[in-house]
Amino acid sequence: MKIRVTDQTGKEHELEGIEGWRVMEIIRDWGLPIKAECGGACSCATCHVYVDEDWMDRLVPATDEELEMLDTAPAVEDNSRLSCQILMSEALDGLHVTLAPGSEPD
Amino acid sequence: MENARIAAPVQAEPGGEYRTDAVIVGAGPVGLFAVFELGLLDIKAHLIDVLEVPGGQCAELYPEKPIYDIPALPVVTGQELTDRLMQQIAPFDPVFHLGQTAEAIAKTDEGRWRVTTSAGTVVDARVIVIAAGGGSFTPKKPALEGIEAYEGTSVFYAVRKMDAFRGKRLVIAGGGDSALDWALNLKDVAERVTLVHHRDGFRAAPDSVNKMRSAVAAGEMDLKIAKLQSLEGAAPQLTGVGVASKETGDETIPADAMLAFYGLTMKLGPVANFGLNLHENLIPVDTEKFETSEPSIFAVGDINWYPGKLKLILSGFHETALMAQAAFRYVYPDAKLRFQYTTSSTNLQQKLGVA
Ligand SMILES: Cc1cc2nc3c(=O)[nH]c(=O)nc-3n(C[C@H](O)[C@H](O)[C@H](O)COP(=O)(O)OP(=O)(O)OC[C@H]3O[C@@H](n4cnc5c(N)ncnc54)[C@H](O)[C@@H]3O)c2cc1C
Ligand code: FES
Repeated sequence: MKIRVTDQTGKEHELEGIEGWRVMEIIRDWGLPIKAECGGACSCATCHVYVDEDWMDRLVPATDEELEMLDTAPAVEDNSRLSCQILMSEALDGLHVTLAPGSEPD
Repeated sequence: MENARIAAPVQAEPGGEYRTDAVIVGAGPVGLFAVFELGLLDIKAHLIDVLEVPGGQCAELYPEKPIYDIPALPVVTGQELTDRLMQQIAPFDPVFHLGQTAEAIAKTDEGRWRVTTSAGTVVDARVIVIAAGGGSFTPKKPALEGIEAYEGTSVFYAVRKMDAFRGKRLVIAGGGDSALDWALNLKDVAERVTLVHHRDGFRAAPDSVNKMRSAVAAGEMDLKIAKLQSLEGAAPQLTGVGVASKETGDETIPADAMLAFYGLTMKLGPVANFGLNLHENLIPVDTEKFETSEPSIFAVGDINWYPGKLKLILSGFHETALMAQAAFRYVYPDAKLRFQYTTSSTNLQQKLGVA
């Protein structure tokens, strides 16, 4: 199970996904620059990513809580999601996301 | 919770000069509990926090989320924990300097410390306790090219004086309570207010959303469902804000100033310039006294680092107890420190006002 992550500088990384982990945790544990200040509690929006258009429909839709938290991210697009709210599963093998501005650590 | 018994923080006048035993930088859960542990040893404390309310991450990031790992409180929300800490430390009369950043520290000839804040407040203390957690809360900025050049002149993240916007054309960006409240408050002061939000849904109080919608319907202000795209005008003076809307395409909203409200994020901030050793944005301490590389400056809670450190409220509380013992030796160099339990010491109970 793999995910592809493009970092803030445009470099692409292929990471091993782990069933049941949040995409944010996978990105963080592989040492890519993601702030994820609240540790996945949907309380900070510093794990903001853009999901590849092809993948948007395959994700579980964002909850109201996630949409409201996304309002506090600095550059929201139609394909914006909080990576801590995407749970890794076989169905997401190959998922491609791009780290959004504002998700970089200080 | 018996809310009636929770005392509001005693706020000091900004810009004043104060003298005390300990100054605590950060009023998160750990900074608050430090007041208690210091207080038991007769060490008076002042607290400085950039937030307008005490509680740190608990109050700002998860006031309504439950915490399950505070000993003897099977479940407590971030706000309840803050309220209970405020209640617990009330007997020690801590003085709060809220809404200001601790910016600089300097040693005095007496061997004490002077901490200066962004509001010009000076606190002179024998010891400094840094409880700065994940760092000081700072506004999230919209990702717009060159925004820094406009900041402070025509781009703002807070309103200090409403009158500064009198007669101006304003763009207010964001969809939460701050954005809506300021749009409603400023619409009567400014020449024109345009609220810009990327979707037609708002995370603000329903009452504010209704008020905003009626003001828009009555033509008293504008609402634009669009994304911010650019800032126009020769910096630092804004002349317009470029936006992109799915319905109406790209346009420039004429504006003399923009106010952006996207909430807060934590940055280490001025603590980095206090002259202390750092380890990846954290302050290394020993595990006996939680003292930093500078004698009589301590660091407790999420901001410190030592082998095995866990960023837990519980750990921060423990650290304050040991820190206070060491701080005592600086504040009362000639006194003998005796270990006492709150259950059995009349002296401690008197301090707490229960004996
Ligand atoms: C969503 C979420 C859930 C959590 N759940 C748990 C949990 O279940 N259990 C647990 O133990 N922990 C939990 N935590 C972690 C816990 O919140 C932190 O460990 C705790 O808040 C640390 O307390 P602190 O007082 O050290 O720092 P903080 O809470 O970060 O407070 C530091 C304060 O210092 C202020 N500050 C910093 N620098 C300056 C300056 N220069 N001038 C003025 N003010 C300054 C900041 O504004 C802030 O208010 C959670 C955290 C989050 C985000
Ligand atoms: S990590 Fe904070 S919202 Fe995702």
